[in-house]
Amino acid sequence: MSSGVGVIDDFHPRRNAEPARGRRMNRVALPGLVGSAKALMTRDLRLIWRRRGDALQPALFALLVVVLFALALGGEAQALSRVAAAVMWLAVLLAGLLSLDTLFRGDADDGSLEQWLLAPVPLGWLVAVRTFMHWATTALPLLVATPFLAELLHLPHGQLPVLMASLALGTPLLSLLGAVVAALTVGMRRSGILVGLLALPLYVPVLIFGAGSVARSAQGLDPVGALLLLGAGLVLAVVLAPLAAAAAIRIALN
Amino acid sequence: MNPLLRWFHQLGSPPYFDRFAARWAPWAYGLGLLVMAWGLYGALFVVPADYQQGNSFRILYIHVPSAWMSMAVFGLMAVYAAIALVWRIKLCEILAMACAPIGAGFTLITLLTGAIWGKPMWGTWWDWDPRLTTELILLFLYLGVIGLYNAIDDRRAAARAAGFLAIVGVVLLPVIRYSVVWWNSLHQGQTIRLLGESTMDASMIQPLIWMIIGTKLWFIGALLMRARADNLRRESGKAWVAGLAAAADGPKP
Repeated sequence: MSSGVGVIDDFHPRRNAEPARGRRMNRVALPGLVGSAKALMTRDLRLIWRRRGDALQPALFALLVVVLFALALGGEAQALSRVAAAVMWLAVLLAGLLSLDTLFRGDADDGSLEQWLLAPVPLGWLVAVRTFMHWATTALPLLVATPFLAELLHLPHGQLPVLMASLALGTPLLSLLGAVVAALTVGMRRSGILVGLLALPLYVPVLIFGAGSVARSAQGLDPVGALLLLGAGLVLAVVLAPLAAAAAIRIALN
Repeated sequence: MNPLLRWFHQLGSPPYFDRFAARWAPWAYGLGLLVMAWGLYGALFVVPADYQQGNSFRILYIHVPSAWMSMAVFGLMAVYAAIALVWRIKLCEILAMACAPIGAGFTLITLLTGAIWGKPMWGTWWDWDPRLTTELILLFLYLGVIGLYNAIDDRRAAARAAGFLAIVGVVLLPVIRYSVVWWNSLHQGQTIRLLGESTMDASMIQPLIWMIIGTKLWFIGALLMRARADNLRRESGKAWVAGLAAAADGPKP
């Protein structure tokens, strides 16, 4: 008899819901910056691990671009080595552009992006974490593959460290700029070619300094200046781009 | 309330703006046309031929004012977009989006006249000169703003997103500009600017000033007309638009 009453009591919405939520709020602290970042990273990594094939696609795409360039140039080693650094930069940039649309798309479709807006941590922080994960899963494999791809293009070995350094500084910058564009287009059903049209003008300085640093070292000049400028741009973008992308998400979801 | 401030607030109301634009756009167009005609007459008939470039330099009277406008309009668009984002003034969204196609038009004119001018002067239609490259990227930014505005269904969200892109573009344009200058200095010397300030004679400047004023007036007319059309389209469900349409369709005596 008394247990029956207890069961009814447990499922009584009015009487039990409010105190229970209040008690939980008191007991469990809200997730902080580190806690939310960890949760988001774990979730992203798990999702990527379940679709391992997708994670390889940017690297495969870059390989295809390199192969097509090599074939279009007739496979002549002399001509290839002259343009190798520029082709590598273009391949990485285009591969990043293709994966840009997936940055917030899945979360927008299943509604978790709205939860980001409600989360107790700043939206910009979540955007920064997501952008970092996106960079780590799409650009980092490309960075690892760069020495192999560069070998296909007969890149002079002396230029490889500069190319790696410029890509290491430049690809996070591309991801951060791309995050702003992806956030702007997140409200659309299909963004398609528009993402490219929006992102490529913003990518111009990164491409110029990135490919320019390798070109300088090829001419026997000091490439450090261009790399430092890339680094300065990266520092600025790390601070400003997540905030801009967060503002764009708020606009897109309003 | 201060009368100027009150007028400014009134302008934000769609019916008031509609009347304002309908009244002043023809004036701006007409004055712009007159001033530009005067400027073109001066450019084509009064100004003597350049001793270096002959007659082909005369295209500068279209090229330079439109190049100025291509950049000024982008700045103005970003200002309108910032006002629209901060104070949520609907009219500023409309004005910002009305700026984009006009600015893109000026940019296209600049690129085309530059190419036509470049062929006899430099011997090439196109060169990866910093100015040319920046202007081309500016065109892409304009097209991006227009494309984003048209791609989103909700008009207000579309205007805000495209306006935000315009603001990002304004922040990045100087960076793009200087990166291109830096990059170019790597490969080749700066292309000689055949028309530095010093070679410009006072008699040559006068038609240029008229053209600059004329394009500004023309821009104001175009901006008012485009904003008015967008304003009417957005307000098409309202009673005052229906009244306006009835007055336009009504039986004429």
